[in-house]
Amino acid sequence: MSQTWAYISNYSIYSAMAVFTLSFFAHAYETAWAVRAPQSADSTDGNLITKTLDYTRTEKAARIATAMMILGFILLFAGVIARGISAHRVPWGNMYEFSITGALAFTGAYLGALRKYDLRWLGLLVSIAVLLTLGTAVAVLYRPSAPLVPALKSTWLVIHVSAAIISGGVFLLANVIAGAYLYLDSMERKGPRAVWAQRLPSLEVLDQLSYRLVAFVFPLWTFAVIAGAIWAESAWGRYWGWDPKETWAFITWVAYAAYLHARVTIGWRGRRAAWLCLFAGSTFLFNYIYVNIYGTGKHTYSGL
Amino acid sequence: MSKEIVLPELGATGLLRYSWRQLTSMRTALILLLMLGVAAIPGSLIPQRDQNPMKVREYFSNSPSLAQWMDRVSLFDVYGSPWFSAIYILLFISLIGCVLPRSVEHFHAARALPPKTPKNLDRMEFYSTWNAQGDEIEKAYALLKAKRFRILRENNAISAEKGFTRETGNLFFHLSLILILIGVGFGSLFGMRGDAIVNVGERFINVPTTYDSLKFGKLLSEKALPPFVITVDNFVAKYNTLTNAPEDYTLNVSVIDKPGAPSVKKTVKVNSPLRFGSTNVYLQANGYSPIVTVRDRVGNVALQGPVPFLPQDGNLRSIGAIKVPDADPQIGFVATFLPTQARDSVQGGISVFPEALDPKMLFSIWRGDLGLNTGIPQSVYRIDTSKMERIGLESLKPGESFSYEGGSITFEGYVPWVNLQVVRDPGKNYALLGGIVAILGLLASLFTRRRRIWIRISDSGKVEVAGLAKNAAPGLEVELEKLVTLLKGEK
Repeated sequence: MSQTWAYISNYSIYSAMAVFTLSFFAHAYETAWAVRAPQSADSTDGNLITKTLDYTRTEKAARIATAMMILGFILLFAGVIARGISAHRVPWGNMYEFSITGALAFTGAYLGALRKYDLRWLGLLVSIAVLLTLGTAVAVLYRPSAPLVPALKSTWLVIHVSAAIISGGVFLLANVIAGAYLYLDSMERKGPRAVWAQRLPSLEVLDQLSYRLVAFVFPLWTFAVIAGAIWAESAWGRYWGWDPKETWAFITWVAYAAYLHARVTIGWRGRRAAWLCLFAGSTFLFNYIYVNIYGTGKHTYSGL
Repeated sequence: MSKEIVLPELGATGLLRYSWRQLTSMRTALILLLMLGVAAIPGSLIPQRDQNPMKVREYFSNSPSLAQWMDRVSLFDVYGSPWFSAIYILLFISLIGCVLPRSVEHFHAARALPPKTPKNLDRMEFYSTWNAQGDEIEKAYALLKAKRFRILRENNAISAEKGFTRETGNLFFHLSLILILIGVGFGSLFGMRGDAIVNVGERFINVPTTYDSLKFGKLLSEKALPPFVITVDNFVAKYNTLTNAPEDYTLNVSVIDKPGAPSVKKTVKVNSPLRFGSTNVYLQANGYSPIVTVRDRVGNVALQGPVPFLPQDGNLRSIGAIKVPDADPQIGFVATFLPTQARDSVQGGISVFPEALDPKMLFSIWRGDLGLNTGIPQSVYRIDTSKMERIGLESLKPGESFSYEGGSITFEGYVPWVNLQVVRDPGKNYALLGGIVAILGLLASLFTRRRRIWIRISDSGKVEVAGLAKNAAPGLEVELEKLVTLLKGEK
């Protein structure tokens, strides 16, 4: 019975990856084919060829891309749920499960933000990131579905880990946007934006957006750390012990706190703020990747 | 003619004031905050004494001079080091110096009325105007009052302000961090932490001598240990038959809270410790104690009972030392206990499952001086065999005996042991309270907007509505549009 659910989970996740790949191609098509070279007769003034953007031609591709993203999200959601059913617990017991849930949270954050902002330009990056995460999870991190070790058997697993995963998804989205900011900013310093980049929002909008995402999710991250401390008090006999994972969660917290202060109190904007945002986000990634794999602390459980 | 620039004399108080301003400036606080983050890094990459003393010892034996140098700059105790402490103490002083004056200021500002309506409202970010009907001020007053704005009424104008919760939340957030620090400090000064290995069937009496290791906070007296007694009735560990990973540990105990109190049966699990006020007892580790009987040449018992062994891997292959100091000459057994034995061509005897399905004990027998009287503290799991000679090598199953020159050993069986960790932390509730207030304050400060709204009927009979949001917070435009619609009476 539980074996069947484990298979259902695996197949849902493979299907989600296939669908995300389609979404990736549709996004790539949209980004590339919207750039239109002029009809040869239009402009022959020297070597200068003015390219323009024409989204009417790629509207269909864009719709397909987003539809595929939603379908991938649903399949991934089914995969995560089936994994939980197969193991009779929340599917957050090892790194494979964190990765598939993290990819789900990241896609969810993107689709959620898409309802409010025109973020379709970001879809290409999102689909790449999700495919990389899922690919690593399936190829490297996969472990058969199994029950939890005693220390993880607690209601706090649901509370602490879900808060951490959602925060991570949003932090990474903010990071992608800060990265886009820096890239476009250096592009604009050299001259006007390349044609394909013209549909991307203005630098001010990107700057604000990454800040909003961080400000929105920082309390949740604080909550994740505190919930972890409460759990650690009942499982390990102390609420804070400078375990490597705890230390890096603290470093991430401090880095984002510094980012928020730099913006709100000192008034940092633009490049400096984006770099600080990237730095803070990289501490989160380091915690997830390095500490999980090479760490020696209490957050390492059997087989990742 | 001197071209020297004459600096004004600062003086001692001036210098102090200058340093204080520097320390409490936002820029310094930000630098200290980032420094704190960076300073926390080495402790996560280099083994720390508190968490991993074995690894630290490895550093010392592998490269002593480097390790000594690292120890001198506290790289093995980063979070208690002078430099780490210096950063967070400075940060907290800076924080207090910043937050306290702001709290006082905010306390006054929150009770004051908003400032008068400025003359030129059309310069505000949001502005709209139309011909007045006359009752707009009254209507606006009622609407804004209902939305809990604080309002200053003037002759023909209203000045309203809302969103003080933002600063209140902000201040509470920062004050709560101080509370967390107090909780941590209080816990470490008045707390204690100790470990004791107890065999199933044995009693643990909460006095300093029963502990294997014990640490007291600086301001806690040893007499403060609550006088409870715990009898370990039984311990059950369940393992997954496919992955060998543990699935459940259940420890059943009988507890006597204080002398004379009745004995109460209780269950301890990994996530549910025993709680005695601010003292908790945790189930932290478990292993096996082989039960042995060692007899001398004539058959008198020289040693009898369970001897705790130290697990080495997930399948609980455990090492231990059976020391018989009363034998003459002294006898020692360097032993390995395999709960489910198997042979590996490279490693020799191994265990393939953590439950004791097919137990076996392998040992070598040593005769000579155990070195117990040298004054050098010794591990109970190891024997210093430098002054001993090996006289035998054997493996036994439960119930079997082996005779060697000068005596015999019987492997009677085994009992599980559990490691009880006793922790007293009277500061943790303050830290928890601080954490909760921090989150609430953060939510309040990040999700409320401070803004001012003005409504005026000018002499020429026009209504003017204007607004200003602090920190360019979004949403004011929508709010004002709604207000304007309501004031105009449009449906």
